[in-house]
Amino acid sequence: MSAALLTTAAQGTAPRSRRRTSIVPTGVLLLGVVYALLPIVWVLVASTKTNTQLDSYAAFRPGGSFLTNFQNLTSYQGGVFWTWMENTALYAGGGAMLSALVSALAGYGFAKYRFRGKGFLFTMILVGMLVPAVVLAVPQYLLVAKIGLANTYWAVLIPSIISPYGIYLARIYAGASVPDEILEAARMDGSSEWRTFLRIGVPMMSPGLVTIFLFQFVAVWNNFLLPWLMLSSENKYPLTVGLFTLLDAGTSQPALYSLVLIGALLSILPLILLFFLLQRFWRVDLGAGSVK
Amino acid sequence: MTTATTAHEYDRPAAPLTGARRVRPRGGRHWNPSPRRTPYTFIAPAVLLFVAVFLVPLGYTVYLSTQKTQVQGLGLGAGARKQVAAGFSNYSTVFGDGEFWHSVLRAVLYGCILIPIMLGLATAFALILDAQRVRFQRLGRLAIFLPYAVPTLIGSMIWGMMYLPAFSPINSTLHALFGIQGINFFGQRIVFLSVANIGVWGGTGFNMMVLYTSLRSLPQEAYEAARIDGANERQIALRIKLPMIRPAVIVTAIFSTIATLQVFNEPYAMHQISYGGVSTTWTPLMTVYRDTYTANNVYLGAAESIVIALMMFVLSVAVLRLTNRQIFGGEAR
Repeated sequence: MSAALLTTAAQGTAPRSRRRTSIVPTGVLLLGVVYALLPIVWVLVASTKTNTQLDSYAAFRPGGSFLTNFQNLTSYQGGVFWTWMENTALYAGGGAMLSALVSALAGYGFAKYRFRGKGFLFTMILVGMLVPAVVLAVPQYLLVAKIGLANTYWAVLIPSIISPYGIYLARIYAGASVPDEILEAARMDGSSEWRTFLRIGVPMMSPGLVTIFLFQFVAVWNNFLLPWLMLSSENKYPLTVGLFTLLDAGTSQPALYSLVLIGALLSILPLILLFFLLQRFWRVDLGAGSVK
Repeated sequence: MTTATTAHEYDRPAAPLTGARRVRPRGGRHWNPSPRRTPYTFIAPAVLLFVAVFLVPLGYTVYLSTQKTQVQGLGLGAGARKQVAAGFSNYSTVFGDGEFWHSVLRAVLYGCILIPIMLGLATAFALILDAQRVRFQRLGRLAIFLPYAVPTLIGSMIWGMMYLPAFSPINSTLHALFGIQGINFFGQRIVFLSVANIGVWGGTGFNMMVLYTSLRSLPQEAYEAARIDGANERQIALRIKLPMIRPAVIVTAIFSTIATLQVFNEPYAMHQISYGGVSTTWTPLMTVYRDTYTANNVYLGAAESIVIALMMFVLSVAVLRLTNRQIFGGEAR
């Protein structure tokens, strides 16, 4: 109501100023857009150039060799690039799916029950969120090597399942979107705790679980050090590690640079697509509940 | 719910309940843990994984950090090297190791450049996205958040190539616009800016989204009151919104600080491209990596990891104190 009053008041005094664009903030925003997109546009343009054109052409002048580069990349070492792509999809998709499940269970458990050791266990997991996953990569590798899992898919997949940040978010989502009254009603109606979780908790938390899935998907897709340490066979690498070895070879063999560039482009496209398709799930807000 | 007030009704409802239908466990196969154990079964997978993936490796690192290799005889043959207790000697090596502390200093300097710029930009963009009469807000939100979708290693590779003198679009643009020529992005001082730029590019969007979300959750009445009093958008942004999202800014700052101490991917990729502009011990984690793998001294690497972890733990406690209590105040305890 006050908003309606305000609108009429504002229209009365300065009808145009409300619609006029503020130039400085809009300009700053557009500069930010240019800065954010610059490397992506550059890699898009560079992926159309041959190696000699990379040197000789102006930075943003496209060449015409996108298809040639694409074919070269596809045929590089018998198509290993696409193996990397599949591996990444497996690590990121599988890891994020399991992570969302484990986080949902734990978040729901922490938010909806009281039990001994709750505060201690949750704080312990939170500390895990803040203390260095990357520092742990080296001892993780040493242990994994000891039990004979080094250079297997499991070595990368298992550490990707646990996400302290996901558990933290799931607890917030469960607390905000699953009302205690509904759980109480389900209990009175004789539903088991487990079934209540699956039939009531999970559907109500599901928008939040998609968000957890996405964050973990990106985190695993991003991960470099862990697979870099754990894996030694090229055909198990994810994209980040594979492209890095390609870059490594490129420093002594500059002919590979055009492959690195088109490979970098192709490896970010799936994530960019995911961003646009699932835009509405990219939120960090906590008030997304099902009962209104 | 009122139909379930007595035990009799609860056990055998005479008529189908209205609203939620009675849910019956199917057959005897449905698993129903006892109520006391229930919460533990929910959190068990997370806790078990947490122990296996975080705690055990942490304990193992502590153990390794107190060991060393002893070489017997000429150091040849299978049994010539064995692991023996070393007490705190690895730690005294770490504390006396100038190279390690230089890498810590570099990370601190890197953070001092990165964090103010990144969070300054993130705050500014978040306020702009939340302001009135600004155009292209949807485009801005998507585009500036987009670098978050680019893996840091791949972003670093792309920037690294953009820094390469042979095909740098930055140099050619600067030359065309200002006549500045041939900046060496891997020079001893500039390299800090070059690496920090990658961090700013990759991190601004995410922090912007966090701050923007907390802006959207603020009550709108205060702005209306201020507008009626004649405040303009800039004053509302700086005098009302900014103070109200200060807690969120502080939390992002602390998280960024912790991330900075762990920085690895960006400088590691740059090391590969920069012809020595970024050394193998540029950041603390790169030093750990070099000592563990290249120099093959797992024990020293473990001690370095523990020292880094302790430094981060101190920072973590600060974060917990800030966040934990406020957020979960309203739940069952």
